[in-house]
Amino acid sequence: MQSLPTMPGRDGLGFAGARVIIMAQQGPEPMIAEPLLMPTPAGLYCPRGDFHIDPVRPVPRALITHGHADHARAGHGAVLATARTLDIMAIRYGADFTARRQIAEGTIDINGVTVSFHPAGHVLGSAQIAVRAGGQRVVVSGDYARAPNPACEAFQPVPCDIFITEATFGLPVFRHPPPQAEIARLTASLAAFPDRPHLIGAYALGKAQRMIALLRQAGHDGPIHIHGALQKLCDYHIAQGIDLGDLRPATTERGRKLDARIVIAPPSAFAATWVHRFRDPVIAHASGWMAVRARARQRGVELPLVISDHADWPDLTRTITDTGASEVWVTHGREEALVRWCALHQIPARPLRLVGYEDEPE
Amino acid sequence: MTPFATLLERLAFTPARNAKLRLIGDYLAHTPDPDRGWALAALTGGLKLRTVTPSLLRALAEDRVDADLFALSYDSVGDLAETIALIWPAPDQGADISLTQVVTTLQTTKKPDLPALIAGWLDTLGPSERYALLKLATRGLRVGVSARLTHVALAQHAGAGGPPADRIGEVWHGLAPPYPGLFDWLAGGPEPQTQARAPFRPVMLAHPADAEALAPLNPADFAAEWKWDGVRVQAVAEGGGRHLYTRRGEDISAAFPDMVAALDFEGVIDGELLVRQGDATAPFGELQKRLNRKTVTKAMLASHPAHLRAYDLLHWQGRDLRPLPLTERRAALETAVAQIANPRIDLSPPVPFTDWAALDAIRANPPDAVIEGVMIKRHDSPYLPGRPKGPWFKWKRDPMVVDAVMLYAQRGHGKRSGYYSDFTFGVWDGAALVPVGKAYFGFTDAELRALDRFVRHNTTDRFGPVRQVKPDLVLEVAFEGLNASPRHKSGLAMRFPRIRRIRWDKPAAEADRIDTLRAMLPADPLTSARGG
Repeated sequence: MQSLPTMPGRDGLGFAGARVIIMAQQGPEPMIAEPLLMPTPAGLYCPRGDFHIDPVRPVPRALITHGHADHARAGHGAVLATARTLDIMAIRYGADFTARRQIAEGTIDINGVTVSFHPAGHVLGSAQIAVRAGGQRVVVSGDYARAPNPACEAFQPVPCDIFITEATFGLPVFRHPPPQAEIARLTASLAAFPDRPHLIGAYALGKAQRMIALLRQAGHDGPIHIHGALQKLCDYHIAQGIDLGDLRPATTERGRKLDARIVIAPPSAFAATWVHRFRDPVIAHASGWMAVRARARQRGVELPLVISDHADWPDLTRTITDTGASEVWVTHGREEALVRWCALHQIPARPLRLVGYEDEPE
Repeated sequence: MTPFATLLERLAFTPARNAKLRLIGDYLAHTPDPDRGWALAALTGGLKLRTVTPSLLRALAEDRVDADLFALSYDSVGDLAETIALIWPAPDQGADISLTQVVTTLQTTKKPDLPALIAGWLDTLGPSERYALLKLATRGLRVGVSARLTHVALAQHAGAGGPPADRIGEVWHGLAPPYPGLFDWLAGGPEPQTQARAPFRPVMLAHPADAEALAPLNPADFAAEWKWDGVRVQAVAEGGGRHLYTRRGEDISAAFPDMVAALDFEGVIDGELLVRQGDATAPFGELQKRLNRKTVTKAMLASHPAHLRAYDLLHWQGRDLRPLPLTERRAALETAVAQIANPRIDLSPPVPFTDWAALDAIRANPPDAVIEGVMIKRHDSPYLPGRPKGPWFKWKRDPMVVDAVMLYAQRGHGKRSGYYSDFTFGVWDGAALVPVGKAYFGFTDAELRALDRFVRHNTTDRFGPVRQVKPDLVLEVAFEGLNASPRHKSGLAMRFPRIRRIRWDKPAAEADRIDTLRAMLPADPLTSARGG
């Protein structure tokens, strides 16, 4: 998928040209002299530009990396994000999710701070945010992934001085296998149990569409049934030029069994009576966590599929090197191990211990 | 290793028996010899390999991975072999090594050479194969595959014209991995001549019965004896070989060396394995402490000596007695036990009775707490494999019953996917409810749907696939016995609990108290003879 068309913005207010400088009125003392960004209870904050990145509570100005619910919340005064993230927020929260919005294109000046958005490879529309002022370059990775993903834009490393990285899979035990190998395991299971529908748990934004696209790449061109909660986001991906093939709603008359081979649903659906419509299903779950057997067992999964839209350990560490950063901050996930790795490689690093971000969204 | 590793991964997450059979069947159909034979041996615990210790693995990991990073990872993963399999710095798509090569090399490698050998393999294999290798080498494979399940899978693999599972089970113990003769046989070749001595014979089982089922039968045609609450075993001593098998054909000799030492005869005895404490027969819970162990301590041998109570005689001094009527086998058994003259082996005494009502009264008040009912056998019955209809019956003591409150519910698998079908229940201990057991059957499909609805409407908390529910629903739980168990919070462990009735009508406050259950413990024979 190359050069996806971008949608025009609905209005352009809120960021460019705003010159009001409000110094940090809340939060802890700055940890270094005049920091460009600092952790606060609401999330990462830029005092000079007076904006937050992925705030977990309503703020006047928010820069949003991607549309997952723990990063993109409704109720901010103004939101700056990629066109696709804005679209996705509108789909999830309604068109009035924020008072003002602006599409992130090119470089944008906010109170003398320059910001730019760069693809993060996590989900459709996801971005890293580069923040520059006074000769210092900081990049906030947001959630990101470097493995090829047919359902979103590819990650690009952005050179910087301080790299603020996620660490969801920040342990050296996490090395995601090639997604094609996991799809092959699913295919083998479909062959071994031709009479059992395979229900695949995948988050509604990103993972679900990626699973469908991966199945299509592997030659599954028959119908794939999807849970109702996925419909709008799948429609949006299709509208954005991502071919998902023959999708059918996994709905049925009450009490009737649904005859389906492959069904994609948000994992929460497996706790609902929705599952009763399938006869003797194989429950699968697509997540990086499925690499750990105890996690798969806790979920009651019969077919764990290790498919993640986060960077694994080799990619987390490789990316730190690629950015050339002289300092690393770790936002959320398994901070300790990544900080330890940086220490072993003589890169100053510290955990930010930001709260409010989940291991997996939704 | 890849096909074997893949099989292990699937089996580990597949609880349903039929699905397990399908997975094993597919593996047998697509895997060449001798790999599939070694795999069967590994799954059923029949592989004798030099054991790689956890400390050896730790040392290997320390050589390759920063100690802090390893500790953080181990903490997150929770299993040593799995942590090493995942963290080992090697190409994720390495070359494969055959299971046969792994097994035969492990069998011949000397201890000082093991670390280099294992490290070399870890460098070559992918993560799933590394996990299979480490579990194999540390003898940590636990995938819930019984010997019996394997025999059924082999019979299905052989197809309609091949040997049945029972026959495979009989031959199985005489074969050594990787079982070339077995696979020839399944493919239409001759039945393998067992090399090892003292093979397992398929066991004869009884149908459950009650007063109504027995009424049309003539009591004079039948003998009765106690049904002891231990483990039904087959003790085989032939041609110098000695084995103790469960009724499923699992070889449990290693856990009971004291019993095996007492098998000083030439024949096959069907009986009940028990633990003796002084003159008394210990409750099942005491025997359980000796089950599922690969070795047994001296202290355990002294405090929990094994005992065989003989029911039947299948072979004696080279002669197959199975076609003879029960009366003749019983006479031979009495002579045999007298000849063996070992206090560890005694006769299950006959229970004389005149009519079914009299037997019912005897059954309801057995002389020993470790009796769970009576066995009723036709005088003229030959010893037949399986569960033939007519010759043998078991008439169990009424189950113990308790009214408990549902506390947690867990979603089921396969056909029960999406239904809350596994229920943890508790009884009152003061003002609190303490969990005493878990049950997942005993109810109809309609009742399952009603229970599922109750759980969904009364959820107070969620932990993955488990829900905590408002403690409002009383379940009448029937169970076969109760043991003291320090591993359970309540100090009690139920045997075979099932939900007999859903008491929609009964307030939770009127559910039973923990004292009621404690009074059912077998330590006190006055209260343990009858429950509920």
